[in-house]
Amino acid sequence: MVNAYRDGLKKGLPIGLGYLSVSFGFGVSAVNGGLKALWALLISMTNLTSAGQVAGLAVLAAHGPLIEMILTQLVINLRYALMGVALTQKLGRFPLPHRLLAAFGITDEIFAVAAAERKPVTPSFFYGLMTLPYLGWALGTLLGALAGDVLPASVSGALGLAIYAMFVAIVVPAAREDGGVGWAALIACGLSCLFRYLPLFSFLSSGFSVIVSAVVAAAVMALVRPVGEREGASS
Amino acid sequence: MSAGFFAAGLAAMALTTYLIRMLPFALFRKKIRSPFLRSFLYYTPYAVLGAMTLPAILYSTGSLLTAAVGLGVALILSWFKRSLLTVAAAACAAAWLTGWLTSFMA
Repeated sequence: MVNAYRDGLKKGLPIGLGYLSVSFGFGVSAVNGGLKALWALLISMTNLTSAGQVAGLAVLAAHGPLIEMILTQLVINLRYALMGVALTQKLGRFPLPHRLLAAFGITDEIFAVAAAERKPVTPSFFYGLMTLPYLGWALGTLLGALAGDVLPASVSGALGLAIYAMFVAIVVPAAREDGGVGWAALIACGLSCLFRYLPLFSFLSSGFSVIVSAVVAAAVMALVRPVGEREGASS
Repeated sequence: MSAGFFAAGLAAMALTTYLIRMLPFALFRKKIRSPFLRSFLYYTPYAVLGAMTLPAILYSTGSLLTAAVGLGVALILSWFKRSLLTVAAAACAAAWLTGWLTSFMA
């Protein structure tokens, strides 16, 4: 159990570093939007989501009605529902109280790392995986809110790369073992670039673009190369 | 902005986000049998990672050049199956170094 927690911690470190630099930016813009530093920290500690928080901040700053806040969060964060279902197929023994707590940690990055695990996901592993991203997200927000310029730009810029480099390190070795995985990732990359650069698709927010690209790529590969009983999303 | 307005907004935001995450994760207990859905879920995490990485990685450092160098280093090291941490640290170091070196040329 301790080993599973430590394994999770290790895999969460690059995510934590990435979150630290991303949430730093959120902290800066929260204070610019009229929030106290403590409020910005509270948002990060209770939401743990980048796109949703940025959109929520905009609603707060515009003094929007609560229903607008709820609808905004619903649309932007709906992808977590899909991820939650996918994750249930990877779980080892995972009783309800643990599910209630662990659900809080479902983010794009934590989901992707947990779902790409070869072993069944246990509560210990998942909590280990959540720990550093959570701390990084909270700490980065506070630092950004208190002092927008404690890190030299060259350092915070380089740290921003950590999380993406980690994604590469998850996909590439898996793609070497199963070409289908590589194709799924490549198709998704291609689509998300199309959505980013073709003006036709400029109405898609980046959160939507990720989910649409991923769903299409995974569906295409599931049709072209279905996996057997053994490799499938079983635990 | 008043503290009361903020508290209400915060509660609406946090509760909505939590419920979206929690309900499917806590309530869904069936084993999915459909070969298509199983294959779909098998490919999903890698597709999500791919879509999140490109093109976003190119803008993650504030410089296209340092980001591209970092991406190259990450691709090479991960091809040789280095650990997540090694790949992430080396890519950051390479990006920082590239920025530092090019700062002399500008």
